[in-house]
Amino acid sequence: MFWDKKTETLDRKQMTSIQTERLQDLAQRVCAAVPFYQEFFSKGGVKPEGIKSIEDLQRLPFLSKHNLRDTYPFGLFCRPLKDVVEIHSSSGTTGKPVVVGYTRQDLDLWASVMARTLCCGGVTEKDVVQNAYGYGLFTGGLGLHYGAQKIGASVLPISGGNSKRQIMLMQDFGTDVLCCTPSYSLCLAEIAEEMGVDIKSLKLRVAFLGAEPWSDSMRAEIEKKLNIMTLDIYGLTEIIGPGVASECEYKDGLHINEDYFFPEIINPDTGEVLPYGEEGELVITTLTKEAFPVIRFRTRDITVLNPEPCKCGRTLVRMRRVGGRTDDMLIIRGVNVFPSQIEDVLVKIDGVSPHYLIVVDRKGTMDDVEVRVEVSEGNLFDEIKRFEALERKIKNELESVLGISTRIKLMEPHSVERSMGKAIRVQDKRKLKGN
Amino acid sequence: MIVKQICVFLENRKGRLAELTHLLGENKINIRAISLADTSDFGIVRLIVNDTEKAHQVLKKAELTATINNVIAVEVADKPGGLASVLAILQSAGQNVEYLYGFLEKKTDKAIMIFRFDAIDAAVNVLKEHGVSLLSDQELRDL
Repeated sequence: MFWDKKTETLDRKQMTSIQTERLQDLAQRVCAAVPFYQEFFSKGGVKPEGIKSIEDLQRLPFLSKHNLRDTYPFGLFCRPLKDVVEIHSSSGTTGKPVVVGYTRQDLDLWASVMARTLCCGGVTEKDVVQNAYGYGLFTGGLGLHYGAQKIGASVLPISGGNSKRQIMLMQDFGTDVLCCTPSYSLCLAEIAEEMGVDIKSLKLRVAFLGAEPWSDSMRAEIEKKLNIMTLDIYGLTEIIGPGVASECEYKDGLHINEDYFFPEIINPDTGEVLPYGEEGELVITTLTKEAFPVIRFRTRDITVLNPEPCKCGRTLVRMRRVGGRTDDMLIIRGVNVFPSQIEDVLVKIDGVSPHYLIVVDRKGTMDDVEVRVEVSEGNLFDEIKRFEALERKIKNELESVLGISTRIKLMEPHSVERSMGKAIRVQDKRKLKGN
Repeated sequence: MIVKQICVFLENRKGRLAELTHLLGENKINIRAISLADTSDFGIVRLIVNDTEKAHQVLKKAELTATINNVIAVEVADKPGGLASVLAILQSAGQNVEYLYGFLEKKTDKAIMIFRFDAIDAAVNVLKEHGVSLLSDQELRDL
């Protein structure tokens, strides 16, 4: 199903021509509005009118999260506040928050790209959409909300949390579509089980999951436990929120709405632009946004682009599911480790549940990794030696995948804190010690 | 002659065992026998109680991980060599004991040992053939 079939199936040449035209307009707009961007262009040695093709973008420098923070709160807004009708902000857990504004036209754009996303999962005006993304400054809640309303679906703006009520409404209202983080969908399955509700037998058909990386094994677990199709959606506050890219029913990469969000892949160390098919950091330019456009924003997400048309008919370039972020990556004893790799191993082992916390600390001069994982309720032993064998098995499998040794700590079920939004998977105590 | 035992997985942290026993007491569940196996991180508490099903419900409701499994209860003479004679029978029959724990019967000269075997049926047969007295689930709870 398509929202905007014509655009979503454009051939490459037509797409490039739209992108180029929009980029030229963008260059003029940002330089006219914000001194920062005038300097940004002169650093790249190019004038706005010097942008002739989409490749000319490569002459410009990158925009990083630091740039956005340094201009807190409104320094990079390209429209006066009188034109801004909505403001969102990131949580700012690692520094000053990033603030983004939307004009009325930006909100329209947001609703349209989210409508495309939801159409990827076959959502229609007949569906009840339970939106358990957090409403508020976080973009997840309202982004999904606008898209579902644009389609004409019935939106339940329940936000995150209140899990028992979520299950009750799912039953009573006959929810067709669920939107939340992957970890929260598993949490809901658990709550349903505790309430004696067979979540598999409910009307629920599809879930749009995003806002945190999740492994293929975790997806299999969610699809099995809830008996639904799950689609990965991708977005960032700095770009627009959700709506940047979405999987279709073939689940073979996420279609980027590249007529609005132009993607590049770069080598994160050198900044060199890499060709299609090579893995690197995703960089995005928002081509049409008015209040808060960004040019060559470094997302820190690692992925690969695939320009081949998809079986679904879309020609929009596809990005591989994001397995890790350059800033989620842990460097342990010199080895790069992504939490998603650990999750992947844990999900495949009987006897433990996919609820875990990775605690990294420095003992003396050595990094020490403790993986805390809950034993599963259905699989309990009465003998210590069996638990010890389970610990050894996890340790060995992690070592073979990660190449480093870890300590396993088995935990009681429900002891790893559940999150209503993004799950907290890593506690890096090295940072607290200033290392 | 199979007896039901309830096992609880507990993290090894302060007050956890006190919480567990308090919870059982509060729900009028009497502990007949208890054994604790532990590592530095976690422990397994094994219990024989007067109402296994109820105990299981109570523990689940409190979000504790518990499971019920099969053990046997053997009556041994409460005198030197009492347990040794039972173990000698099992050893000569090649039956391996996974673990055991015991308690005294009130006002008698018997002690009761709870045995966990991998091959529980074979072990029961060996003990019966040698005239060792086994208690049924009901007998154990009526003590």
